[in-house]
Amino acid sequence: MSKVITMHDAIAGHVHDGDTLVIEGFTHLIGFAAAHEIIRQQRRKLTLCRLTPDVVFDQMIAADCASKLVFSWAGNPGAGSLHAFRRAVEATPPTLAIEEYSHFGLVARLSAGAAKLPFWPLRNYQGTDLPEVNPLIRSVKCPYTGEWIATVPPLNPDVTIVHAQRADADGNTQVWGLLGVQREAAFASKRVIVVVEELVDSSVIRADPNRTIIPGMIVDAVVVEPWGAHPSYAQGYYDRDNEFYIAWDEISRDPHRVMRYLDEWVYGVKDRAEYMRKRSDLKTRLAAKPAMSGEVSYGY
Amino acid sequence: MATEWTPSEMMVAAASRELRDREVVFVGIGLPNLACNLARLTHAPNLVMIYESGAVGARPERLPLSIGDPSLVTGSLMICGMADVFQLFLQGGRIEVGFLGGAQVDRYGNINTTVVGEYARPKVRLPGSGGAPEIAIHARRTVVITRLDRRAFPEKVDFVTSPGHRTRAGRRAELGMPGAGPVRVITDRGTLAVNPASGELELESRYPGTTLDDIQSRVGWDLVVRESLKVVMPPTAEELRLLREVVDPQRRFLGA
Repeated sequence: MSKVITMHDAIAGHVHDGDTLVIEGFTHLIGFAAAHEIIRQQRRKLTLCRLTPDVVFDQMIAADCASKLVFSWAGNPGAGSLHAFRRAVEATPPTLAIEEYSHFGLVARLSAGAAKLPFWPLRNYQGTDLPEVNPLIRSVKCPYTGEWIATVPPLNPDVTIVHAQRADADGNTQVWGLLGVQREAAFASKRVIVVVEELVDSSVIRADPNRTIIPGMIVDAVVVEPWGAHPSYAQGYYDRDNEFYIAWDEISRDPHRVMRYLDEWVYGVKDRAEYMRKRSDLKTRLAAKPAMSGEVSYGY
Repeated sequence: MATEWTPSEMMVAAASRELRDREVVFVGIGLPNLACNLARLTHAPNLVMIYESGAVGARPERLPLSIGDPSLVTGSLMICGMADVFQLFLQGGRIEVGFLGGAQVDRYGNINTTVVGEYARPKVRLPGSGGAPEIAIHARRTVVITRLDRRAFPEKVDFVTSPGHRTRAGRRAELGMPGAGPVRVITDRGTLAVNPASGELELESRYPGTTLDDIQSRVGWDLVVRESLKVVMPPTAEELRLLREVVDPQRRFLGA
Protein backbone atom coordinates (compact mmCIF):
# COMPACT_ATOMS: atom_id res chain seq x y z
CA MET A 1 0.00 0.00 0.00
CA SER A 2 1.35 3.39 -0.94
CA LYS A 3 2.23 5.77 1.91
CA VAL A 4 2.60 8.72 -0.44
CA ILE A 5 0.59 11.75 0.72
CA THR A 6 0.88 15.54 0.39
CA MET A 7 3.07 17.60 2.72
CA HIS A 8 -0.07 19.30 4.02
CA ASP A 9 -1.63 15.96 4.99
CA ALA A 10 1.60 14.54 6.41
CA ILE A 11 2.04 17.47 8.81
CA ALA A 12 -1.70 17.68 9.63
CA GLY A 13 -1.83 13.97 10.41
CA HIS A 14 1.46 13.40 12.20
CA VAL A 15 2.70 16.61 13.85
CA HIS A 16 0.63 17.84 16.79
CA ASP A 17 0.89 20.74 19.23
CA GLY A 18 3.22 19.85 22.11
CA ASP A 19 5.04 17.08 20.21
CA THR A 20 8.74 16.36 20.53
CA LEU A 21 9.95 16.79 16.96
CA VAL A 22 13.24 15.88 15.32
CA ILE A 23 14.16 17.24 11.90
CA GLU A 24 17.65 15.87 11.34
CA GLY A 25 20.21 16.35 8.57
CA PHE A 26 23.72 17.64 9.30
CA THR A 27 24.00 20.62 6.94
CA HIS A 28 22.88 18.17 4.22
CA LEU A 29 19.20 17.26 3.55
CA ILE A 30 17.58 19.58 6.09
CA GLY A 31 13.81 19.42 5.77
CA PHE A 32 12.94 23.07 5.13
CA ALA A 33 9.76 22.31 3.13
CA ALA A 34 8.39 20.30 6.06
CA ALA A 35 9.37 23.01 8.56
CA HIS A 36 7.64 25.67 6.47
CA GLU A 37 4.44 23.58 6.37
CA ILE A 38 4.59 23.22 10.18
CA ILE A 39 4.89 27.02 10.42
CA ARG A 40 1.97 27.48 8.01
CA GLN A 41 -0.19 25.10 10.06
CA GLN A 42 0.78 27.08 13.19
CA ARG A 43 1.90 24.21 15.40
CA ARG A 44 2.66 25.43 18.92
CA LYS A 45 4.66 24.36 22.00
CA LEU A 46 6.86 21.91 20.13
CA THR A 47 10.04 20.56 21.71
CA LEU A 48 12.45 20.91 18.79
CA CYS A 49 15.48 18.58 18.72
CA ARG A 50 18.44 18.81 16.35
CA LEU A 51 22.21 18.66 16.74
CA THR A 52 22.46 21.96 14.84
CA PRO A 53 19.23 24.00 15.06
CA ASP A 54 20.40 25.77 11.89
CA VAL A 55 18.32 28.36 10.03
CA VAL A 56 15.43 25.86 9.91
CA PHE A 57 14.79 25.97 13.68
CA ASP A 58 15.67 29.70 13.84
CA GLN A 59 12.69 30.24 11.52
CA MET A 60 10.44 27.95 13.60
CA ILE A 61 11.49 29.72 16.81
CA ALA A 62 10.77 33.10 15.18
CA ALA A 63 7.35 31.78 14.08
CA ASP A 64 6.51 30.83 17.69
CA CYS A 65 6.28 27.06 17.05
CA ALA A 66 8.68 26.06 19.86
CA SER A 67 8.65 26.12 23.65
CA LYS A 68 11.88 24.15 24.08
CA LEU A 69 15.04 23.42 22.12
CA VAL A 70 17.28 20.35 22.58
CA PHE A 71 20.56 20.91 20.72
CA SER A 72 24.35 20.76 20.62
CA TRP A 73 25.53 23.59 18.31
CA ALA A 74 23.35 26.64 17.67
CA GLY A 75 25.16 28.69 15.05
CA ASN A 76 24.56 29.56 11.40
CA PRO A 77 27.16 27.21 9.87
CA GLY A 78 29.92 29.22 8.23
CA ALA A 79 27.89 32.43 8.38
CA GLY A 80 27.42 33.64 11.98
CA SER A 81 24.68 33.51 14.60
CA LEU A 82 21.07 32.36 14.73
CA HIS A 83 19.62 35.64 15.91
CA ALA A 84 16.02 34.54 16.58
CA PHE A 85 17.42 31.80 18.85
CA ARG A 86 19.74 34.29 20.53
CA ARG A 87 16.97 36.83 21.15
CA ALA A 88 14.88 34.09 22.77
CA VAL A 89 17.61 32.83 25.14
CA GLU A 90 19.20 36.22 25.87
CA ALA A 91 15.79 37.72 26.83
CA THR A 92 14.95 38.31 30.50
CA PRO A 93 13.32 35.97 31.25
CA PRO A 94 14.18 33.68 28.32
CA THR A 95 11.26 32.86 26.04
CA LEU A 96 12.67 29.47 25.02
CA ALA A 97 13.76 26.64 27.34
CA ILE A 98 17.01 24.91 26.33
CA GLU A 99 18.56 21.51 26.98
CA GLU A 100 22.13 21.36 25.75
CA TYR A 101 24.60 18.58 24.90
CA SER A 102 27.67 18.14 22.75
CA HIS A 103 27.21 16.46 19.37
CA PHE A 104 28.40 13.13 20.76
CA GLY A 105 25.94 13.43 23.65
CA LEU A 106 22.94 14.08 21.42
CA VAL A 107 23.96 11.34 18.95
CA ALA A 108 24.20 9.02 21.97
CA ARG A 109 20.70 10.01 23.15
CA LEU A 110 19.25 9.07 19.76
CA SER A 111 21.30 5.84 19.69
CA ALA A 112 19.85 4.86 23.10
CA GLY A 113 16.39 5.77 21.88
CA ALA A 114 16.76 3.67 18.74
CA ALA A 115 18.14 0.67 20.65
CA LYS A 116 15.53 1.02 23.44
CA LEU A 117 18.21 1.22 26.12
CA PRO A 118 17.78 3.18 29.40
CA PHE A 119 21.00 5.14 28.80
CA TRP A 120 24.03 5.30 26.51
CA PRO A 121 27.57 5.34 27.94
CA LEU A 122 30.22 7.64 26.55
CA ARG A 123 33.71 8.54 27.70
CA ASN A 124 33.10 12.27 27.72
CA TYR A 125 32.37 15.48 29.65
CA GLN A 126 35.29 15.18 32.11
CA GLY A 127 36.24 18.69 33.22
CA THR A 128 33.45 20.38 31.27
CA ASP A 129 30.70 22.54 32.81
CA LEU A 130 27.96 20.92 30.70
CA PRO A 131 26.77 18.36 33.33
CA GLU A 132 26.36 21.25 35.76
CA VAL A 133 23.83 23.02 33.53
CA ASN A 134 22.19 19.84 32.20
CA PRO A 135 21.30 17.39 35.01
CA LEU A 136 20.39 14.72 32.44
CA ILE A 137 24.12 14.23 31.77
CA ARG A 138 25.10 11.80 34.53
CA SER A 139 27.64 9.04 35.10
CA VAL A 140 27.76 5.37 36.02
CA LYS A 141 30.46 3.14 37.46
CA CYS A 142 31.52 0.48 34.96
CA PRO A 143 30.72 -2.97 36.44
CA TYR A 144 33.84 -4.46 34.80
CA THR A 145 36.59 -1.89 35.31
CA GLY A 146 35.24 0.42 38.02
CA GLU A 147 35.76 3.41 35.72
CA TRP A 148 33.23 6.26 35.92
CA ILE A 149 31.67 6.85 32.55
CA ALA A 150 29.24 9.55 31.39
CA THR A 151 25.68 8.63 30.45
CA VAL A 152 22.80 10.28 28.63
CA PRO A 153 19.16 9.12 28.58
CA PRO A 154 17.33 7.93 25.45
CA LEU A 155 15.59 10.41 23.19
CA ASN A 156 12.39 9.01 21.69
CA PRO A 157 10.71 11.74 19.66
CA ASP A 158 7.02 11.69 18.84
CA VAL A 159 7.86 12.36 15.22
CA THR A 160 11.01 12.51 13.09
CA ILE A 161 11.14 14.10 9.65
CA VAL A 162 13.92 12.99 7.31
CA HIS A 163 14.62 14.53 3.92
CA ALA A 164 16.25 12.09 1.48
CA GLN A 165 17.22 11.75 -2.15
CA ARG A 166 14.81 8.93 -2.93
CA ALA A 167 12.37 6.37 -1.56
CA ASP A 168 9.78 3.96 -2.86
CA ALA A 169 6.08 4.29 -2.08
CA ASP A 170 6.46 2.12 1.02
CA GLY A 171 9.13 4.44 2.46
CA ASN A 172 12.28 2.41 1.87
CA THR A 173 14.62 5.36 1.87
CA GLN A 174 18.04 5.86 0.31
CA VAL A 175 20.56 8.56 1.17
CA TRP A 176 24.07 9.24 -0.07
CA GLY A 177 26.50 11.95 0.89
CA LEU A 178 26.57 13.07 4.53
CA LEU A 179 24.41 10.73 6.63
CA GLY A 180 24.24 12.70 9.89
CA VAL A 181 22.18 10.94 12.55
CA GLN A 182 19.01 10.37 10.52
CA ARG A 183 19.07 6.59 10.79
CA GLU A 184 19.21 6.65 14.61
CA ALA A 185 16.61 9.44 14.80
CA ALA A 186 14.15 7.52 12.60
CA PHE A 187 14.55 4.27 14.56
CA ALA A 188 14.13 6.17 17.86
CA SER A 189 10.93 7.88 16.78
CA LYS A 190 7.29 6.90 17.33
CA ARG A 191 6.33 8.25 13.89
CA VAL A 192 8.48 8.89 10.81
CA ILE A 193 7.82 11.15 7.82
CA VAL A 194 10.15 10.78 4.87
CA VAL A 195 10.36 13.63 2.33
CA VAL A 196 12.13 12.83 -0.93
CA GLU A 197 13.48 14.49 -4.02
CA GLU A 198 12.32 11.52 -6.12
CA LEU A 199 9.86 8.70 -5.74
CA VAL A 200 11.31 5.54 -7.32
CA ASP A 201 10.11 2.06 -8.04
CA SER A 202 10.98 -0.60 -5.45
CA SER A 203 13.21 -2.25 -8.05
CA VAL A 204 15.54 0.77 -7.87
CA ILE A 205 15.86 0.31 -4.10
CA ARG A 206 16.34 -3.45 -4.42
CA ALA A 207 19.09 -2.99 -7.02
CA ASP A 208 21.22 -1.13 -4.43
CA PRO A 209 20.14 -2.14 -0.91
CA ASN A 210 23.36 -0.95 0.80
CA ARG A 211 22.24 2.62 0.17
CA THR A 212 19.01 2.22 2.18
CA ILE A 213 19.25 3.91 5.61
CA ILE A 214 15.58 3.71 6.66
CA PRO A 215 13.39 0.68 5.95
CA GLY A 216 9.76 1.20 4.96
CA MET A 217 8.56 -0.78 7.98
CA ILE A 218 9.25 2.19 10.31
CA VAL A 219 7.91 4.88 7.94
CA ASP A 220 4.40 6.33 8.30
CA ALA A 221 4.27 8.78 5.40
CA VAL A 222 6.19 9.53 2.21
CA VAL A 223 6.07 13.04 0.72
CA VAL A 224 7.53 13.84 -2.70
CA GLU A 225 8.95 17.36 -2.62
CA PRO A 226 11.68 18.24 -5.14
CA TRP A 227 14.01 21.00 -3.82
CA GLY A 228 12.38 20.48 -0.42
CA ALA A 229 15.70 20.90 1.39
CA HIS A 230 16.58 24.33 -0.04
CA PRO A 231 18.50 26.40 1.23
CA SER A 232 20.16 23.21 2.53
CA TYR A 233 21.22 20.81 -0.21
CA ALA A 234 20.78 17.33 -1.64
CA GLN A 235 23.99 15.70 -2.86
CA GLY A 236 23.75 15.00 -6.57
CA TYR A 237 20.63 17.20 -6.93
CA TYR A 238 21.44 20.76 -5.84
CA ASP A 239 24.14 22.69 -3.97
CA ARG A 240 23.84 24.41 -0.61
CA ASP A 241 22.60 27.99 -0.99
CA ASN A 242 25.45 29.59 0.94
CA GLU A 243 24.30 33.03 -0.22
CA PHE A 244 21.02 32.52 1.62
CA TYR A 245 22.73 31.28 4.80
CA ILE A 246 24.90 34.41 4.76
CA ALA A 247 21.84 36.59 4.03
CA TRP A 248 19.98 35.01 6.99
CA ASP A 249 22.64 36.40 9.34
CA GLU A 250 21.41 39.89 8.32
CA ILE A 251 17.69 39.07 8.03
CA SER A 252 17.54 37.36 11.43
CA ARG A 253 19.10 40.34 13.24
CA ASP A 254 15.85 42.27 12.75
CA PRO A 255 12.57 40.69 13.97
CA HIS A 256 10.59 42.77 11.44
CA ARG A 257 12.69 41.49 8.56
CA VAL A 258 12.20 37.93 9.82
CA MET A 259 8.42 38.45 9.80
CA ARG A 260 8.57 39.91 6.29
CA TYR A 261 10.60 36.88 5.18
CA LEU A 262 8.07 34.47 6.70
CA ASP A 263 5.15 36.43 5.17
CA GLU A 264 6.66 36.26 1.71
CA TRP A 265 8.29 32.81 1.61
CA VAL A 266 6.29 30.71 4.11
CA TYR A 267 2.80 32.10 4.80
CA GLY A 268 2.69 33.69 1.35
CA VAL A 269 3.04 30.43 -0.60
CA LYS A 270 0.79 27.38 -0.60
CA ASP A 271 3.55 24.80 -0.81
CA ARG A 272 7.12 24.14 -1.94
CA ALA A 273 6.09 23.99 -5.60
CA GLU A 274 4.85 27.58 -5.40
CA TYR A 275 8.03 28.60 -3.52
CA MET A 276 10.06 27.12 -6.38
CA ARG A 277 7.97 28.91 -9.02
CA LYS A 278 8.81 32.19 -7.27
CA ARG A 279 12.52 31.27 -7.19
CA SER A 280 13.18 30.34 -10.82
CA ASP A 281 16.81 31.49 -10.33
CA LEU A 282 17.61 28.58 -8.02
CA LYS A 283 17.73 25.85 -10.64
CA THR A 284 20.28 27.68 -12.78
CA ARG A 285 22.37 28.77 -9.82
CA LEU A 286 22.39 25.62 -7.69
CA ALA A 287 21.64 22.53 -9.81
CA ALA A 288 24.35 19.91 -9.19
CA LYS A 289 26.91 18.94 -11.80
CA PRO A 290 26.99 15.15 -12.23
CA ALA A 291 29.72 13.10 -10.54
CA MET A 292 28.59 9.51 -11.02
CA SER A 293 29.67 6.66 -8.77
CA GLY A 294 31.07 3.49 -10.22
CA GLU A 295 28.85 0.46 -10.28
CA VAL A 296 29.21 -2.68 -8.18
CA SER A 297 27.84 -6.14 -8.76
CA TYR A 298 25.47 -7.57 -6.16
CA GLY A 299 25.57 -10.91 -7.99
CA TYR A 300 26.40 -14.27 -6.45
CA MET B 1 54.17 46.78 11.56
CA ALA B 2 54.83 47.03 7.84
CA THR B 3 54.85 43.54 6.40
CA GLU B 4 53.90 41.85 3.18
CA TRP B 5 51.37 39.76 5.06
CA THR B 6 48.57 40.19 7.61
CA PRO B 7 48.57 38.76 11.17
CA SER B 8 45.76 36.39 10.13
CA GLU B 9 47.78 35.06 7.20
CA MET B 10 50.76 34.49 9.50
CA MET B 11 48.48 32.73 12.01
CA VAL B 12 47.02 30.33 9.45
CA ALA B 13 50.47 29.59 7.98
CA ALA B 14 51.86 28.90 11.48
CA ALA B 15 48.88 26.66 12.25
CA SER B 16 49.31 24.68 9.04
CA ARG B 17 52.94 23.97 9.98
CA GLU B 18 51.69 22.13 13.08
CA LEU B 19 50.51 19.30 10.86
CA ARG B 20 52.71 16.54 9.53
CA ASP B 21 52.16 14.57 6.35
CA ARG B 22 49.95 11.46 6.76
CA GLU B 23 48.55 12.63 10.08
CA VAL B 24 44.87 12.07 10.81
CA VAL B 25 43.33 15.43 11.72
CA PHE B 26 39.84 16.25 12.94
CA VAL B 27 39.02 19.57 11.30
CA GLY B 28 36.88 22.27 12.95
CA ILE B 29 34.94 25.05 11.24
CA GLY B 30 36.50 28.38 10.12
CA LEU B 31 40.22 29.03 10.67
CA PRO B 32 41.13 25.36 11.41
CA ASN B 33 39.62 24.48 8.06
CA LEU B 34 41.92 27.01 6.33
CA ALA B 35 45.02 25.79 8.15
CA CYS B 36 44.38 22.11 7.35
CA ASN B 37 43.65 22.81 3.69
CA LEU B 38 46.81 24.95 3.42
CA ALA B 39 48.86 22.12 4.96
CA ARG B 40 47.36 19.65 2.48
CA LEU B 41 48.34 21.91 -0.42
CA THR B 42 51.92 22.41 0.85
CA HIS B 43 53.94 20.08 3.06
CA ALA B 44 51.26 17.52 3.98
CA PRO B 45 49.68 16.27 0.72
CA ASN B 46 48.63 13.00 2.38
CA LEU B 47 46.97 14.62 5.38
CA VAL B 48 43.80 12.69 6.25
CA MET B 49 41.16 15.30 7.02
CA ILE B 50 38.14 14.09 9.00
CA TYR B 51 35.14 16.35 9.49
CA GLU B 52 32.52 15.77 12.19
CA SER B 53 29.94 15.69 9.42
CA GLY B 54 31.25 12.22 8.53
CA ALA B 55 33.64 12.95 5.65
CA VAL B 56 36.86 10.97 6.07
CA GLY B 57 39.86 11.74 3.85
CA ALA B 58 38.13 14.73 2.26
CA ARG B 59 39.73 16.61 -0.66
CA PRO B 60 37.49 19.61 -1.18
CA GLU B 61 37.94 21.39 -4.50
CA ARG B 62 36.56 24.62 -3.06
CA LEU B 63 36.83 26.17 0.39
CA PRO B 64 33.94 24.63 2.33
CA LEU B 65 31.93 27.44 3.96
CA SER B 66 30.53 24.95 6.46
CA ILE B 67 31.89 21.61 7.69
CA GLY B 68 28.96 19.90 5.99
CA ASP B 69 29.68 21.22 2.51
CA PRO B 70 28.94 18.88 -0.44
CA SER B 71 32.52 19.38 -1.71
CA LEU B 72 33.72 17.38 1.33
CA VAL B 73 31.87 14.35 0.00
CA THR B 74 32.89 14.33 -3.68
CA GLY B 75 36.15 12.38 -3.96
CA SER B 76 36.36 11.55 -0.25
CA LEU B 77 37.74 8.23 1.07
CA MET B 78 34.76 7.38 3.25
CA ILE B 79 31.46 8.83 4.38
CA CYS B 80 30.06 7.58 7.67
CA GLY B 81 27.26 8.52 10.03
CA MET B 82 27.94 10.76 13.01
CA ALA B 83 27.61 7.93 15.54
CA ASP B 84 30.60 6.32 13.79
CA VAL B 85 32.52 9.60 13.75
CA PHE B 86 32.28 9.98 17.51
CA GLN B 87 32.37 6.35 18.60
CA LEU B 88 34.75 4.70 16.14
CA PHE B 89 37.05 7.55 15.16
CA LEU B 90 37.19 9.86 18.21
CA GLN B 91 36.39 7.65 21.20
CA GLY B 92 38.13 4.79 19.38
CA GLY B 93 41.39 6.75 19.55
CA ARG B 94 41.98 7.10 15.79
CA ILE B 95 42.42 10.89 15.72
CA GLU B 96 45.98 12.19 16.01
CA VAL B 97 45.30 15.93 15.93
CA GLY B 98 42.17 17.86 16.79
CA PHE B 99 42.02 21.39 15.42
CA LEU B 100 39.67 23.80 17.21
CA GLY B 101 38.76 27.47 17.25
CA GLY B 102 37.51 29.11 20.44
CA ALA B 103 35.79 32.29 21.57
CA GLN B 104 37.67 32.22 24.91
CA VAL B 105 40.81 30.35 25.95
CA ASP B 106 42.16 30.62 29.48
CA ARG B 107 45.46 30.18 31.35
CA TYR B 108 45.03 26.40 31.52
CA GLY B 109 43.83 25.95 27.96
CA ASN B 110 40.16 25.58 28.84
CA ILE B 111 37.96 26.63 25.93
CA ASN B 112 34.60 28.40 26.06
CA THR B 113 32.26 28.41 23.07
CA THR B 114 29.04 28.41 25.12
CA VAL B 115 28.27 31.73 26.86
CA VAL B 116 29.78 35.05 27.84
CA GLY B 117 28.46 35.81 31.33
CA GLU B 118 26.31 33.46 33.41
CA TYR B 119 24.82 30.41 31.72
CA ALA B 120 21.27 31.10 32.91
CA ARG B 121 21.48 34.82 32.02
CA PRO B 122 23.99 35.07 29.20
CA LYS B 123 25.39 38.41 28.06
CA VAL B 124 26.21 36.74 24.76
CA ARG B 125 24.90 33.34 23.83
CA LEU B 126 27.57 31.57 21.72
CA PRO B 127 26.79 28.52 19.54
CA GLY B 128 27.79 25.92 22.16
CA SER B 129 29.74 22.68 22.08
CA GLY B 130 29.35 20.98 18.76
CA GLY B 131 31.94 18.21 18.81
CA ALA B 132 34.61 20.31 20.55
CA PRO B 133 34.52 18.69 24.04
CA GLU B 134 34.98 15.19 22.64
CA ILE B 135 37.78 16.42 20.36
CA ALA B 136 39.60 18.09 23.26
CA ILE B 137 39.16 14.93 25.37
CA HIS B 138 40.00 12.25 22.78
CA ALA B 139 42.34 13.60 20.06
CA ARG B 140 45.91 12.58 20.89
CA ARG B 141 46.78 16.28 20.81
CA THR B 142 44.67 19.36 20.21
CA VAL B 143 45.74 22.57 18.50
CA VAL B 144 43.67 25.71 19.07
CA ILE B 145 43.64 28.66 16.69
CA THR B 146 42.27 31.99 17.97
CA ARG B 147 43.13 35.67 17.49
CA LEU B 148 44.99 37.14 20.49
CA ASP B 149 42.76 39.63 22.25
CA ARG B 150 42.22 40.43 25.92
CA ARG B 151 38.55 39.44 25.83
CA ALA B 152 39.41 36.11 24.21
CA PHE B 153 42.21 35.25 26.67
CA PRO B 154 40.86 35.76 30.22
CA GLU B 155 42.59 34.19 33.20
CA LYS B 156 39.51 31.97 33.65
CA VAL B 157 36.82 31.22 31.06
CA ASP B 158 33.17 31.95 31.92
CA PHE B 159 32.20 28.37 30.99
CA VAL B 160 34.34 25.30 30.31
CA THR B 161 32.95 23.88 27.07
CA SER B 162 36.09 21.88 26.22
CA PRO B 163 38.58 20.97 28.92
CA GLY B 164 42.20 22.09 28.99
CA HIS B 165 44.78 21.00 31.54
CA ARG B 166 43.30 22.11 34.86
CA THR B 167 39.64 22.68 35.72
CA ARG B 168 37.67 22.93 38.95
CA ALA B 169 37.26 19.15 38.74
CA GLY B 170 41.03 18.62 38.83
CA ARG B 171 43.97 18.02 36.56
CA ARG B 172 43.59 16.40 33.21
CA ALA B 173 45.45 13.18 34.10
CA GLU B 174 43.27 12.66 37.21
CA LEU B 175 40.08 12.91 35.15
CA GLY B 176 40.89 10.02 32.83
CA MET B 177 41.07 11.86 29.53
CA PRO B 178 42.77 9.82 26.80
CA GLY B 179 44.21 12.74 24.78
CA ALA B 180 46.89 15.29 25.69
CA GLY B 181 44.45 18.21 25.27
CA PRO B 182 45.20 21.68 23.85
CA VAL B 183 48.98 21.48 23.77
CA ARG B 184 49.41 24.54 21.57
CA VAL B 185 47.44 27.72 20.88
CA ILE B 186 48.18 29.49 17.61
CA THR B 187 47.27 33.18 17.67
CA ASP B 188 47.79 36.09 15.27
CA ARG B 189 50.72 37.44 17.37
CA GLY B 190 52.58 34.30 18.41
CA THR B 191 52.09 30.79 19.72
CA LEU B 192 51.45 29.50 23.25
CA ALA B 193 52.38 26.01 24.41
CA VAL B 194 51.41 24.13 27.55
CA ASN B 195 53.89 23.53 30.35
CA PRO B 196 53.19 19.89 31.21
CA ALA B 197 54.18 20.37 34.86
CA SER B 198 52.03 23.41 35.64
CA GLY B 199 49.33 22.90 33.00
CA GLU B 200 49.74 26.58 32.08
CA LEU B 201 49.98 28.10 28.61
CA GLU B 202 53.31 29.88 28.05
CA LEU B 203 54.60 32.07 25.23
CA GLU B 204 56.65 29.81 23.02
CA SER B 205 57.16 31.96 19.94
CA ARG B 206 56.27 35.35 18.53
CA TYR B 207 55.78 36.50 14.96
CA PRO B 208 58.15 38.92 13.20
CA GLY B 209 57.29 42.53 14.01
CA THR B 210 55.48 41.79 17.32
CA THR B 211 56.64 42.90 20.76
CA LEU B 212 56.42 41.11 24.09
CA ASP B 213 54.62 44.11 25.61
CA ASP B 214 51.94 44.01 22.95
CA ILE B 215 51.47 40.27 23.38
CA GLN B 216 51.26 40.52 27.20
CA SER B 217 48.73 43.37 26.92
CA ARG B 218 46.42 41.03 25.00
CA VAL B 219 46.46 38.27 27.63
CA GLY B 220 44.51 38.34 30.92
CA TRP B 221 47.17 36.69 33.12
CA ASP B 222 50.93 37.12 33.71
CA LEU B 223 52.25 35.25 30.73
CA VAL B 224 55.37 33.14 31.24
CA VAL B 225 57.80 33.80 28.39
CA ARG B 226 60.01 30.81 27.63
CA GLU B 227 63.76 31.39 27.61
CA SER B 228 63.85 29.51 24.32
CA LEU B 229 61.40 32.04 22.75
CA LYS B 230 61.63 31.84 18.98
CA VAL B 231 60.66 34.23 16.22
CA VAL B 232 58.54 32.35 13.71
CA MET B 233 59.50 32.28 10.03
CA PRO B 234 57.15 34.59 8.09
CA PRO B 235 54.73 33.07 5.57
CA THR B 236 56.47 31.95 2.39
CA ALA B 237 55.51 33.37 -0.99
CA GLU B 238 53.87 30.04 -1.81
CA GLU B 239 51.85 29.94 1.44
CA LEU B 240 50.61 33.47 0.76
CA ARG B 241 49.72 32.68 -2.84
CA LEU B 242 47.72 29.60 -1.83
CA LEU B 243 45.94 31.41 1.00
CA ARG B 244 44.99 34.33 -1.24
CA GLU B 245 44.21 32.53 -4.48
CA VAL B 246 43.06 29.04 -3.46
CA VAL B 247 42.21 28.57 0.21
CA ASP B 248 40.23 31.73 1.01
CA PRO B 249 40.13 34.01 -2.05
CA GLN B 250 37.03 35.81 -0.76
CA ARG B 251 38.80 36.41 2.58
CA ARG B 252 35.74 35.11 4.40
CA PHE B 253 37.82 33.86 7.33
CA LEU B 254 41.14 35.67 6.77
CA GLY B 255 39.52 39.12 6.94
CA ALA B 256 40.80 42.27 5.30
